[in-house]
Amino acid sequence: MTMIEQAPLTAKREKSRAWEKLKASRSALAGLVIILFFVILAAAAPILPIPDPVATSWSAIRKAPSAAHWLGTDDLGRDILSRMIWGAQASLMAGVFSVALAVGIGVPFGILAGYFGGWVDLVISRITEALLAMPFLIMAIALAAFLGPSLTNAMIAIGLSAMPIFVRLTRGQVLSVKQEEYVEGARSVGLGHMDIMVRYILPNVTAPIIVQATLTIATAIIAEASLSFLGLGQQPPAASWGSMLNVAKNFLSQAPWMAMWPGAAIFLVVIGFNLLGDGLRDALDPREH
Amino acid sequence: MTAEPILSVRNLTTAFRADGGWKPVVRNVSFDVSAGETLAIVGESGSGKSVTSLSIMRLLAEGSSRIEGEVILNGRNLLALSEKEMRAVRGNEVSMIFQEPMTSLNPIFTIGRQISEVLTRHKGMTATQARAETIRMLERVRIPNANTRFDEYPHQFSGGMRQRVMIAMALASRPKLLIADEPTTALDVTIQGQILDLIKELQDEEGMAVLFITHDMGVVAEIADRTVVMFRGDAVETGPTSEIFHHGEHPYTRALLSAVPKLGSMEGRTAPLRFPVVDTKTGISVAPVESKGTVSTQQPILEVKNLVTRFPVRSGLFSRQTGAIHAVENVSFDLRQGETLSLVGESGCGKSTTGRSIMRLIEPTSGEIQLDGYNVRGLGSMELQRMRKSIQMIFQDPFSSLNPRMNVGQAIAEPFLKHRLGNRAEAREKAAYLLDRVGLSGDIMGRFPHEFSGGQRQRIAIARALSLDPKVIVADESVSALDVSIKAQVCNLLLDLQESLDLAFLFISHDMAVVERVSHRVAVMYLGEIVEIGPRAAVFENPQHPYTKKLMAAVPVPDPARRGIRRGISNDELKSPVRPVGFKPPVRQYREVSDGHLVQVA
Repeated sequence: MTMIEQAPLTAKREKSRAWEKLKASRSALAGLVIILFFVILAAAAPILPIPDPVATSWSAIRKAPSAAHWLGTDDLGRDILSRMIWGAQASLMAGVFSVALAVGIGVPFGILAGYFGGWVDLVISRITEALLAMPFLIMAIALAAFLGPSLTNAMIAIGLSAMPIFVRLTRGQVLSVKQEEYVEGARSVGLGHMDIMVRYILPNVTAPIIVQATLTIATAIIAEASLSFLGLGQQPPAASWGSMLNVAKNFLSQAPWMAMWPGAAIFLVVIGFNLLGDGLRDALDPREH
Repeated sequence: MTAEPILSVRNLTTAFRADGGWKPVVRNVSFDVSAGETLAIVGESGSGKSVTSLSIMRLLAEGSSRIEGEVILNGRNLLALSEKEMRAVRGNEVSMIFQEPMTSLNPIFTIGRQISEVLTRHKGMTATQARAETIRMLERVRIPNANTRFDEYPHQFSGGMRQRVMIAMALASRPKLLIADEPTTALDVTIQGQILDLIKELQDEEGMAVLFITHDMGVVAEIADRTVVMFRGDAVETGPTSEIFHHGEHPYTRALLSAVPKLGSMEGRTAPLRFPVVDTKTGISVAPVESKGTVSTQQPILEVKNLVTRFPVRSGLFSRQTGAIHAVENVSFDLRQGETLSLVGESGCGKSTTGRSIMRLIEPTSGEIQLDGYNVRGLGSMELQRMRKSIQMIFQDPFSSLNPRMNVGQAIAEPFLKHRLGNRAEAREKAAYLLDRVGLSGDIMGRFPHEFSGGQRQRIAIARALSLDPKVIVADESVSALDVSIKAQVCNLLLDLQESLDLAFLFISHDMAVVERVSHRVAVMYLGEIVEIGPRAAVFENPQHPYTKKLMAAVPVPDPARRGIRRGISNDELKSPVRPVGFKPPVRQYREVSDGHLVQVA
């Protein structure tokens, strides 16, 4: 495609420019460090000298943090630190992949609806509204139940349930960007619809989408927890932060650490994605300094 | 007139917080305004004229701005008042009207309620008293049927009528000082004439002082007794308006004045004339050069016959068509290589729609368009993209006509590459060449649009339009949003390019004075139709159609001798081109006044 032929004209310069700006932003770097920390931890789980995350022990049920179990143990005597590290994999994947799916489907449909209008918009918007009318979690549960219980299916279910928000958000943005003179200018120099959508519309609607995506990652991690609670997400005894949190809520007064650690981890990851998202939004915008 | 000044501004300095320090945007400005007097503050964008007025009203955000000096209103220093005391001054002793009549009224309240609120709040009137007084005010600003319009909402008023409402609201509390910040800039020229007349009349009746902020030297000449010229935060010159116009001392004043197009200055010429270029530092001016004969005698490059563009108006549950906007109605003209044909008219007259219909950015309803060998209306989508090589457009707003995410080099090279006119290296070369042609350096290719000023962006937009070597350029209000001096430069650039590249321009504008300067031929449009078309000299020196005459009479002329002139323009509003379904437009007859000069007779 001609788009690709043209890109290298100054694309390299632009990429390094965005990267320079991202590096210059302390908060974005902090976000990146937090996310990398969890990613490395999750990836290194098999080689770290930690106890088996699914090994139960009747002698160590709901023990507070100690030298033997740094973060304590859960209701079945499993080591929480070990479950946290193994669970990071499932939770990060649930967050990132489901949101990627939601953005990957939602944004293109949103652009099509906003750009072409008319019956295209009518069809896409009505379907989106119908989907939005269903509560997010109910729909995820229904989809996951339909697809069958597994982590992958849970991610697909969450992604599809989160998608309508992105369709609507993108469509709204496109409607306003479409009015700009540069879009008409692009038509007047003879560009086709595809070029206009990819090079003129998409780059100018990304800012709110990035913000929405970082927020949705948190929702997705929690949603995965709810699904695994119903046996539709991560299959027990394998861990995910969400499922740990779900079990922990029954023991809040006796063993608060069971809830505290996964809660703190989700909080940190969400903060990390938020900071990185904000930094990314600014770095990609040439108008920001 | 020479009595104690109502407002006396002394050494006003306003600074904004920027990058950890204070950046002054208005420096040491002093002036007086007396009762019954109009003082104009004139300057280009960024000169600090609006900040001056906002400083007087103390309407700037407190943490991020700092105002120093003295603003004495009737013996009281406004800068020393508490915020609470200041609230009693605003809208009471000093009133303000703004540029945008479309957004400065609250859309969810009736206009009557909005005006009476001022009266009940500041004057302690009862609701009935306030209603009676409001209706009187609406009548004062010449709003017809004030009694019935009291209960209408802002959206039911036209732009000019809304500005009248704003003035009524501003005057409701009988202020001693009226600050008018570009009150006519967003209005059409005939409506502008009405509003200027109105302000003058009301001032005579009330004897209030007026502080009038504008960028338009023509308006200054018509309304101001005295003038302050501002340039980058400094008041460079202050004096009686006629002194400023005839014996301006400061080079900037002279540069500004020479750049102002003056209606009627082209008498006796046939070819377009460049604007004189004045150095803003030295004030030395270079005599303008007349354009060489560029108009080709060959077949027209663009022929438009009986072009009609209508937009359906739909309403109701099933969006049934209830009417149509007859935006372009039976428009015919032709355009030769090297020629500039201007389409002039007020908003809603269909001039922009005509330009867009010719390029098929909007689908015309019927008619015939021949462009450079293409039968434009019969083209399929691929051929249409190819046709765009021959015709390009320059838009009005340089701030929105370039993709903010694409750098200058990409923006200019993109059409060239898209149409496969060469490889990437050639595209780069072409972009550098074009940037040079429009007076910019090729080094800026890696930079983004937001790094440039409005005038520079417009040059970039022109370079982009030229990258396909088009034969026709549709310039839709391309210089309207620019400051006077920049406007002059860009007009000169367009004339240069026409001379060297043999371009044909369809120059769409509402600005009669600029049109007079740059065109070979002129077409005046009204309600979608061309009411008069002909050689520029013929149309401007011997206008035949009543609308052309009205339009020309309404243009403010930068000549202080015309101060106090009343046009006596009737309070007509612009008519709407919305027609019911099945409306058959009347068949129009044209009379030939002189060679090529046609005027609609019926």
